[in-house]
Amino acid sequence: MRKTAADPKGVLEGSHFLDGDHAIAEGALAAGCRFFAGYPITPSTETAERFAERCPGVGGMFIQMEDEIASIAALVGGAWGGQKVMTVTSGPGLSLMMENLGLAVMTETPMVIADVQRAGPSTGLPTLPAQQDMMQIRWGSHGDYRIIALCPDSPQECFDLTVEAFNLSETYRVPVFIMTDETVGHMHEKVVIPPAEDIEVVERNYYEGPKADYRPYKFTGKDVAPMVKAGDGYRFHLTGLTHDERGYPHLTVEQNEKVVTHLIEKIDSNADKIIQLDESEMDGAEVVVVSYGITSRIVSRAVQLAREEGIKTGSMRLITIWPFAEKRIEELAGKVKAIVVPEINYGQMVREVERSAAGRCKVVSVPHCGGAVHDPEVILDAIKEASK
Amino acid sequence: MSIEVNIDKFRADSPMTDFLRMERMPHIWCPGCGIGTVVNSFAEAVKKSGMDMDKLAVISGIGCTGRVAGYVNFDSIHTTHGRAIPVATGLKLANPDMKVVVVSGDGDLTGIGGNHFIHAARRNMDIMVICVNNFTYGMTGGQLTPTTPQTANASTTPYGNYEYPFSLPFLADACGATYVARWTSLHARNITKSIREALNHKGFSFIEVIAPCTTLYQRRNRLGDGLDALEYYKEEAGVEKDVDTREVGIDFQGDIAMGRFVKQDKPTYEEAVNERYANVLGDDYQLYGMSKPEREEKAKREAEDRAKMQALMDDEEAQMMAEDMGVDEEGL
Ligand SMILES: Cc1ncc(C[n+]2csc(CCOP(=O)(O)OP(=O)(O)O)c2C)c(N)n1
Ligand code: SF4
Ligand SMILES: [Mg+2]
Repeated sequence: MRKTAADPKGVLEGSHFLDGDHAIAEGALAAGCRFFAGYPITPSTETAERFAERCPGVGGMFIQMEDEIASIAALVGGAWGGQKVMTVTSGPGLSLMMENLGLAVMTETPMVIADVQRAGPSTGLPTLPAQQDMMQIRWGSHGDYRIIALCPDSPQECFDLTVEAFNLSETYRVPVFIMTDETVGHMHEKVVIPPAEDIEVVERNYYEGPKADYRPYKFTGKDVAPMVKAGDGYRFHLTGLTHDERGYPHLTVEQNEKVVTHLIEKIDSNADKIIQLDESEMDGAEVVVVSYGITSRIVSRAVQLAREEGIKTGSMRLITIWPFAEKRIEELAGKVKAIVVPEINYGQMVREVERSAAGRCKVVSVPHCGGAVHDPEVILDAIKEASK
Repeated sequence: MSIEVNIDKFRADSPMTDFLRMERMPHIWCPGCGIGTVVNSFAEAVKKSGMDMDKLAVISGIGCTGRVAGYVNFDSIHTTHGRAIPVATGLKLANPDMKVVVVSGDGDLTGIGGNHFIHAARRNMDIMVICVNNFTYGMTGGQLTPTTPQTANASTTPYGNYEYPFSLPFLADACGATYVARWTSLHARNITKSIREALNHKGFSFIEVIAPCTTLYQRRNRLGDGLDALEYYKEEAGVEKDVDTREVGIDFQGDIAMGRFVKQDKPTYEEAVNERYANVLGDDYQLYGMSKPEREEKAKREAEDRAKMQALMDDEEAQMMAEDMGVDEEGL
């Protein structure tokens, strides 16, 4: 992977007062994204609007597509056209993207998709927050696959993690999700955008070698083949069908196994490198609260209250959602009495925690319906109950 | 019994070698299927145009026709069902020097992908769309498509079709396509010429090729084999000049109006983007990092190339006329 400093053209250096949606657009531009295809949907639209406004000045291209199916499809074409690409959406639009998410996964096409979550099912509560799509991005497209997902809890992190998302998507040739929500998306806070030379950007790894030897894929389960772009004479072929290293259809069970295990292993075998966690006061903790995104901000209050009451409470914030931090949870589960998992859904990531803890400690779900965040007292009560 | 084929010799001898991924032959299409004709004409058109083959990308959806992207030796993407046009749009906008051609079926482009079709035409997106219209979903076994004529039998209309079909040239025209033509797979030379014209056209170009699905549509409707289909085209297909696209619908085994129905100059999506941004933002605006003088220089160069190509085509046509090579009266 070639790491360089960001192209200063896309970097709006300085201290700004931005909401999370706008910060995502700035993160994309800083990361070198120059192609955005999207379709308006609350509460994500502001990202598209900002990109549309900013792109003519930085040599980028924005297009409002006819729907979200077209938006993600355009990213596949855009990426192989030679650009870093992104789209943004929310629940209903995310559902429409599922088929072509599979195409992107199968063709190992780098792209970033921000999901500013709102409450479902269906049209649900369009203007209110939720964390209900955590499993959909992981399992929503048919077949076995892996993606990467990051979860910011502030506008600053919306910027930082969007840059990181592009870097990961180039490194692993995989779609990377930014899983934010209406509250973080619409919350205004200070966002510091560093000078371009301090922003590390992973450039696309382009193949350089004899044209006839180019192979768009290698199925090592560790790393990915370099890419090429349209027009450079490599005559690449991509298909959603099970394919060989040249990208040609190869419809056998054996080949499918090769491809699919690669798609899984290239992420799983690098999980330690990918996963970022934000932990506090874990040493000697009796209870650990595992949370992510907007819920982490409520958790910090609840944890403070619990500590004031004398309960040794640790906190783990999942910055990386997928791949899931299963090793770390497993390790913790052997040391603590209980893990408490509040989230704005009826129990999604808690299942991963339960799976990883494998009965070694209590795992307590603190569900909340979509549309609002938890009351810190509810989380505090759960911590107290769990510590008994 | 086995048939001996010297595949290496075949590859070496074939005029198609440069255009096809010979290592992927034999292809999956049935004997008599019309898709092959379109691929041949496409290859012929690209060859004659003398264009840089590295600068051409072929995108297909899913279906028998959708397999075209896999056999042609260009940058190519076999996408999902109906989504070739938005993938093509993304590739074109990310890499505007590419000529992007979509080759797909009637079901793919106008059924599941209909929304993308109408919007790409509306935007005058600078891509070419070739639709092999066999009036059926070939790959899935002969079901109804949006173009199946009324009364025709499909596996999902076993008592005959009762739906109103799309007439694709009319649809494309109404949506804003700036080049619209229709041929049948009998008229290979016209298809070739039309593709050449469309390769040289700036904006959304649409070519419909009526072609037989021998295995399903022909058989299910007791219409005989591939030859019978060509016989039908010979009887019923004719060139219509200056015809209103509202008048070119096709009834079951009825007349087929052919020809180039629309050819019109209109700013493309990219040109419209450029113009708007430049008007508002002035010199600050640099699409793909190009300054205004650079953009103008590029546009000029491209216009000259197109004019040269057109002149070449006109010359060839005149020569063919002179040699009386039987250019169909229908020439474009
Ligand atoms: C989302 C989705 N729905 C359905 C299918 C099944 N399918 C594959 S090809 C096809 C029809 C293709 O028909 P057409 O575009 O006319 O191409 P032809 O085979 O006739 O060339 C269908 C319905 C699919 N692959 N994906
Ligand atoms: S099923 Fe029909 S469309 Fe498909 S290859 Fe055979 S003849 Fe052609
Ligand atoms: Mg068809």
